[in-house]
Amino acid sequence: MELELTADQKLFQASARSLLEKDHSLDRLRRLEAGEVPWDRDAWQRGAELGWAATIVPEELGGGSVSGEGIRDLTLLAEELGSVVAAGPFLPVNVVLAGLVAAHGTGPDHSADIEALVSGEQIATWAVYEPGGQWAPDAAHVTATATPDGWRLDGTKDRVEAGTEADLLLVTATTPEGVAQFLVPTATPGVTVSPQWALDLSRPLAEVRFDAVVVGADAVVGTPATTPEVLERQLQVALLIQCAELCGGLDRMFAVTLQWGFDRYSFGRPLASYQALKHRYADMRTWLEACHATTQAAAEAVQAGSPDAAQLVSVAKSFVAERAQWILQDCVQLHGGLGVTWEHDLHLYLRRATSDRALYGTPEDHRRRLADLSSL
Amino acid sequence: MTTAEMESVESFRSRARAWLADTMPRLDENAALPALGDDDEEWVRARELQKTLYAGGFAGICFPQEYGGLGLSPAHQRAFTEETAGYEMPVQLNIPTFSIVCATLLDMGSEEQKRERISAAIRGDEVFCQFLSEPSGGSDLAGLLTRGELDGDTWILNGQKTWSTSAYAADWGLGLARTNWDVPKHRGLTMFLIPTKAPGLQMNRVKMVNGSREFCEEFFTDLALPVANVVGEVNNGWAVASRQLFHERNAVGGGSPFVSGQAGRPRALGGQSPFTVAKATGRAGEIGVRERVGEWLANETVQNQMVGRVSRAIGTGALPAPGAALLRLFHAETAQRSTDLSMEIAGAQIAAGVGTEEGITGRVGVSYLSRQGASLGGGSTEMGRNQISERLLGMPREQSNDRDIPFNQVKRGRA
Repeated sequence: MELELTADQKLFQASARSLLEKDHSLDRLRRLEAGEVPWDRDAWQRGAELGWAATIVPEELGGGSVSGEGIRDLTLLAEELGSVVAAGPFLPVNVVLAGLVAAHGTGPDHSADIEALVSGEQIATWAVYEPGGQWAPDAAHVTATATPDGWRLDGTKDRVEAGTEADLLLVTATTPEGVAQFLVPTATPGVTVSPQWALDLSRPLAEVRFDAVVVGADAVVGTPATTPEVLERQLQVALLIQCAELCGGLDRMFAVTLQWGFDRYSFGRPLASYQALKHRYADMRTWLEACHATTQAAAEAVQAGSPDAAQLVSVAKSFVAERAQWILQDCVQLHGGLGVTWEHDLHLYLRRATSDRALYGTPEDHRRRLADLSSL
Repeated sequence: MTTAEMESVESFRSRARAWLADTMPRLDENAALPALGDDDEEWVRARELQKTLYAGGFAGICFPQEYGGLGLSPAHQRAFTEETAGYEMPVQLNIPTFSIVCATLLDMGSEEQKRERISAAIRGDEVFCQFLSEPSGGSDLAGLLTRGELDGDTWILNGQKTWSTSAYAADWGLGLARTNWDVPKHRGLTMFLIPTKAPGLQMNRVKMVNGSREFCEEFFTDLALPVANVVGEVNNGWAVASRQLFHERNAVGGGSPFVSGQAGRPRALGGQSPFTVAKATGRAGEIGVRERVGEWLANETVQNQMVGRVSRAIGTGALPAPGAALLRLFHAETAQRSTDLSMEIAGAQIAAGVGTEEGITGRVGVSYLSRQGASLGGGSTEMGRNQISERLLGMPREQSNDRDIPFNQVKRGRA
């Protein structure tokens, strides 16, 4: 968390907390039937009314942030959502918005789509992964072929978050000029969305097939020249949301495990009195502080548009995703057998952390990116 | 000087900028690091540079005027430090001379000690060190065994100290001895100002596995000190040591107003980061090597971000002072991971040097040998973990069998 929040930010945080308490109980996640979507559009609409899809959209496009620094507000919000592993399209909608806003003014106009996403009327997601593929946003097998009036898309995407609920897909596809992005309504003929098994119960995934899907020239987002920086912006926002959500979840689970250390007795002593366990707590506490430090530093760099923002989001992702797993697995260990039961909350957080580790670049992917960005 | 009369920070800064440009030598970034175990010339140089600062009116910025300082604010000091970027500075004097020893004397010393010792350090005439640790135990400082006995108006010290950093370059050591054995350990200690060249003090430099000789050990044999050398009160030396430890944490954490100039050049051997090793071994194109270099780059960055965050939090009170242990623990982890990554990248080449020279890969091997130094120096990480769990998380304290027991009844070995 940031060390100092403004009064407006505290209010924003409080409003998010009270809605999350109402709409996002952990019990609901635990009781899901196979294939059931853990959130509904009304719940997302209520979040959108509190500004959950508005922070990084400029006011002239219908958005706005309480502090005037949208990325800061976005990460603040992400911590709150992450602390309860909130279900819903917060990450995909904001990532698509990041792309549409970054491309605004450089290609076909999508301001009506932006407005519909900010208000919560529409839901969008990023279709960037492909079956069997690792993280490679600039190398799509889905093809976009020029037609007299626009484009034809062919191929398959997977690991599409909230895919079955989305109205709009932001699709990466290879054109003769390189990778481009297209904003495609899921209702377009030839688009087939099917649910995909997902480790994270709170984030359903989907596979999306494109069979000769015909879209107009106005479906393009940005231009060939701007696509690389638009993709980078989307990635930066995705990584910040992931890291901040992880920080929020880690805070919560560390607090629960700390309390457990004081409450649980064996051999007539609390767990917190055993040095072997105290030292594990000390390590976790240290890693937790470092996770917050790097997430905040990355948020500041992205907010300021610093030249090192690309490095700092990769630093944060590679660090936080790995430490999140260290911390959560230690929390499981300290809970004993209870920690691996379905009834305990820990697995809900571990599912999220493991899924976040995997998506939008693993720690290893981001370490290679850091090496690429350096002079090595 | 009252606030109204104090020179503004900006005026001070611009005066400093002009003076530095006219007077101080530029730092040569390409100069070779001195070989480990041979930095005597650097200490001579540090005294010269300090004399230059003093002559120019830019020494002891935050020390009171009556003790030879300028009596200005931490903001003046920060401005000055910012302006010194790119210039040679006597950074060896920051820790422990100014930020630990002088800071402690300022809190706890007699008027005479403050007038004489602090001003001598500010003038560049004297350098200080600390005589705290003993071979009988590292973490349990208050359990020390050096004996101080009053003979008329002279204190006679007998015992042994160790791990005194750079004591060979110092004129005085701030040293703790036991002066009452009939009371619990914290209540029978007295702090002394000890001349390093005193008869009865024999000093050896300790050679470390990586060749470093910056640590010293000292033997006190009937070392005689006048009563005026007691710092604080007799048998209340722990109060002085507590201030000393506070100033040490503050200095290491980057929060001391008595540090002038940017942090010194690394005193370890250069040229062996995972990045350098990847280049030197021709392995920069391998995926596994690139991932390791990326991990190192990330860890170094997080380390800096962590220092910034925790220092700010301690400064504002968002974290209590023991929060500094978070930095101590994280620093050790980062340093050791870096050592390991370099070793992994050096791969098969770590076992040998180049001809008869150790070369970069040989240096990786040697630095690996002292890997644990990062989790030992400045208090072991085990103590750091106790501190975090007990003082930050509120967990029960470790059992100690010497609490409230006269020190002469405390078990000190199996016998």
